[in-house]
Amino acid sequence: MAKSINISSLGKIFSTAEGTTIALEQINLTVEAGEFVTLVGASGCGKSTLLRIVAGLEKKTSGQVHIDTVPIDGPGVDRAVVFQHYSLYPWLTVMQNIKFSRRLEAQRSEITSADVEVASGRADALLAVMGLKHVAGAYPNQLSGGMQQRVAIARALMPRPQILLMDEPFGALDAQTRDVMHDLIRYLRAIENTTIVFVTHDVEEAIYLGNRVVVLAPRPGRIDSIHPVPLPGERIQDMKLAAEFIAMKRTILERIRDTSGIKTDYDMLRKLTQNAARIS
Amino acid sequence: MKQLIKIMMWRPRRSGQLPFLGSSIWVIRGSLGVRQYWGFAIIGFLFPIALWWIASAIGLVDKIFLPSPADVVARIAKWFSQDNLLHDIWISTYRVSAGWLLSAVIALPLGLFIGAYRPIQALLEPLMDFIRYMPAVAFIPLVMIWVGIDESSKIAIIFIGTFFQMVLMMAEDVRRVPMQQIEAAQTMGATRGEIISLVVFQSAKPALLDTLRVTMGWAWTYLVVAELVAANSGLGYAILKAQRFLQTDKIFAGILLIGAIGLAMDQGFRFLHRRSFPWLYSR
Repeated sequence: MAKSINISSLGKIFSTAEGTTIALEQINLTVEAGEFVTLVGASGCGKSTLLRIVAGLEKKTSGQVHIDTVPIDGPGVDRAVVFQHYSLYPWLTVMQNIKFSRRLEAQRSEITSADVEVASGRADALLAVMGLKHVAGAYPNQLSGGMQQRVAIARALMPRPQILLMDEPFGALDAQTRDVMHDLIRYLRAIENTTIVFVTHDVEEAIYLGNRVVVLAPRPGRIDSIHPVPLPGERIQDMKLAAEFIAMKRTILERIRDTSGIKTDYDMLRKLTQNAARIS
Repeated sequence: MKQLIKIMMWRPRRSGQLPFLGSSIWVIRGSLGVRQYWGFAIIGFLFPIALWWIASAIGLVDKIFLPSPADVVARIAKWFSQDNLLHDIWISTYRVSAGWLLSAVIALPLGLFIGAYRPIQALLEPLMDFIRYMPAVAFIPLVMIWVGIDESSKIAIIFIGTFFQMVLMMAEDVRRVPMQQIEAAQTMGATRGEIISLVVFQSAKPALLDTLRVTMGWAWTYLVVAELVAANSGLGYAILKAQRFLQTDKIFAGILLIGAIGLAMDQGFRFLHRRSFPWLYSR
């Protein structure tokens, strides 16, 4: 079922006309089968690039990435990806979007009518779990952002991927919708038994969802620290207010602030306030 | 001066005070009902016609230069009853449609490949850009030598006028397909062919139909040029012949007829667009 991801001395260099940028350097990370790992870091730390390399959408410059023991070679059905947005097909209904992977198989006529039965059973089940039953016939642009992401997740889960890769999937959603999605994705992981790698810039999200939080540092993109989450397997929203949760959030936020060099310049703000007072 | 500034700075205090000016239709990118839309569209047509009618009624311009609307209508009626107007309309529509269809059939797959594959883009796009700037009119002597002077030569001129623009626009339509849609298909195990037929083409379809609509308009603009080539019928030919006899009313009639056919076709394309892509219009 679930598979492990083994990344060793991975490097990625982007070459453009202006020069070369080291996006990732010496990344060593093992994600166990069935584990939920979240990647956080300041923008430009290469967390999305790392995810895209595992997905096979981006070529690595050096190092190895293995799924169990098999090296990756481009994208594959074993690794599903949920993007932040614009990945749904607006010309297909919700149901047709979810069944898209099945349609690809049907085109190649690898499947029997029994498979089709099973498939539509699974699509129905996913619709029910994601709370999408009443909008099965709607087009994506008729749905809210949160509903669209539910469709994207259901579509990704349809072919029973061993690994689910999520690239800031809730980045564009409002806080309340995001909380609901968090509990939904934890629940799905429990029933689907997939390995999940989840990229986000929201530290609270990273801790609440992950078994381990990996902090990446920018310039060059590298792993700064790895933090096992001291919460029980089953999570509830109240845990976000627990002392150990907040302590961990503080530690991770400090790591990100220290490595990114992005922080509030209080001195400058004070001077600006004084200047403004003088003018008025 | 103060008064003038006051007038320029004037804006309605409360919406709904004045019809039109104060209403919500003047919000930037606001919405407009279907009936209001057509109301404005009709005003847009009536206004220049009224100006034209007044100018000719008070004798502002000599009839030879500016015939009255009534003259033009009378000319169209006479053309219909005595000069086989319907045949002229049919033959011109046929030439334009055939030239346009021929370029669409070739441009569509070519545009898909140029938009999808960078090497094909590099191979063809600069070349197309180069040919695009060559005036279609200048090809007439060549077309007459190569294709002859029958129907196919007129179709060839319209083809030359539309094809190169059409390919480039279609390639651009294909390039506008969001990368996330393509990558999602890749992660679901789609092959390159499946991505092009099931994602890229499907996603670009509405834009491609719009390109077909716009280029149909351009094809019509090449009609007069095309009918310079040894034609003895057609709207463009009629316009050219009328010029020789100083029949300005017939020139007006021909130009207005082409405009009317173009408008009708444009509306047809828009209707087809709404019918074919319901997801764009359902909110």
